[in-house]
Amino acid sequence: MSYNFQFGIVLDALPDLMQGAALSLSIAIVTMAVGIVLAMPLAVGSWNGKGLVTFLSRSWIELARNTPCLAQIYFFFYGLGAFGIFLSPWLAVGIALCFNNAGYLAEIFRGGLKGVNANQMKGARSLGFGPVGAYRYVVFPQVFTNTFSSIGNQFIWALLNTSLGALIGLYDLSGVAMDYQSRTFKTFEFFLAIAVIYFILAKLVLFLANRFKPGGARHAA
Amino acid sequence: MIEIKQVRKSYGSLEVLKGIDLTIDKGEVVAMIGPSGSGKSTLLQCINGLETISSGEIIVDGVSVFDKATNLNHLRRKLGIVFQSYNAFPHMTVRRNVTLALTKVLGVSRDQANAIAETQLQRVGLLAKADVYPTALSGGQQQRLGIARALAMGPSYMLFDEVTSALDPELVAEVLATLRQLSAEGMTMILVTHEMQFAREVADRVVFFHEGVIAESGPPEQIFGNPKSERLRAFVSRAG
Repeated sequence: MSYNFQFGIVLDALPDLMQGAALSLSIAIVTMAVGIVLAMPLAVGSWNGKGLVTFLSRSWIELARNTPCLAQIYFFFYGLGAFGIFLSPWLAVGIALCFNNAGYLAEIFRGGLKGVNANQMKGARSLGFGPVGAYRYVVFPQVFTNTFSSIGNQFIWALLNTSLGALIGLYDLSGVAMDYQSRTFKTFEFFLAIAVIYFILAKLVLFLANRFKPGGARHAA
Repeated sequence: MIEIKQVRKSYGSLEVLKGIDLTIDKGEVVAMIGPSGSGKSTLLQCINGLETISSGEIIVDGVSVFDKATNLNHLRRKLGIVFQSYNAFPHMTVRRNVTLALTKVLGVSRDQANAIAETQLQRVGLLAKADVYPTALSGGQQQRLGIARALAMGPSYMLFDEVTSALDPELVAEVLATLRQLSAEGMTMILVTHEMQFAREVADRVVFFHEGVIAESGPPEQIFGNPKSERLRAFVSRAG
């Protein structure tokens, strides 16, 4: 048996692949942004809350981190059907990744919160900031600096996780490749091509993250 | 006026404040002295509600600090505090350290906040450092930044919690000079301090804490020159 490698077909499909890549990247960006916003109260709640708040935030973090991302996507796409809720593939993937990112980021931030001296909170409160203002303007900016590399890694995870959307018909980078290979039978070429594209995107994210790594903030003694 | 009435505070079974009564008038400089663990720092942080009390009452200008109806965030603007550990915000410049609460808490415009910051940084001799980050400051400079940041909010009272204790000896003088200047300007101040010489010089009244109670209080000449109790006599002679 011999297989004819034909990368010309991949080149022809490049515009569609690029469009898929753009969708993958957009979903990663949006779900990371939402994830960061959700992760802040989750981190504080799981670390410093009480009773129900701690229970709910801990549960979110545990579920997000200890169940497969695919199962989370299936839950929002197929599972919610049991309640008469039918989401489009991109919405299901989007919500699942927000849930997933928020859980992982909350755990990252929890570590970051421990690294910020308790006196910072005291200092902010003494100036008349309420708890929300103190976290927003004083504590979390320092948490972001402390955890910047981990946030970058999570972004890459989010980007790679978008590929699971192809399994529920999302026309992201993987979805485009699945569609083309099923029509052309050039499985190896298409999956190699998107592997390269994912790799380049991930490295690009890492490069940008290092480029814009905040440097001005350092801990006081 | 700050009125402290029968204040008690416990950490579990350990009672650190055992019924404190103390009144501080506008314009007064009160120094709290005493051995470590005698409760003076705890009391100071209770005055602006950063620490809670177990029973009793603290009233600042007629407002009860621990009343449920009291807006603590609002009340704290009246009570500037500087801590022993420098807690400058490391992620922003010296100037922004001072303007942050002005703009975000008081809603002052950026321009006006910058003007206030420059005035206060000038007052503590830090204007030249306005655009550096706190890590580039010495401990003494960080403490003076803490003072400027608190003063910028226009407080009626300033609380100082052992602000020179963590400083290298050669940096203590510059911070004390700033405090001396504030007292000369008529600022109402409560100082928790181990600097006996300084307390003697600037305080109108010295309060001696011992094991959670005020063991003795009075004008500095009396406290240092003619201590009544054996405990205070021993403390003063040890502290030199």
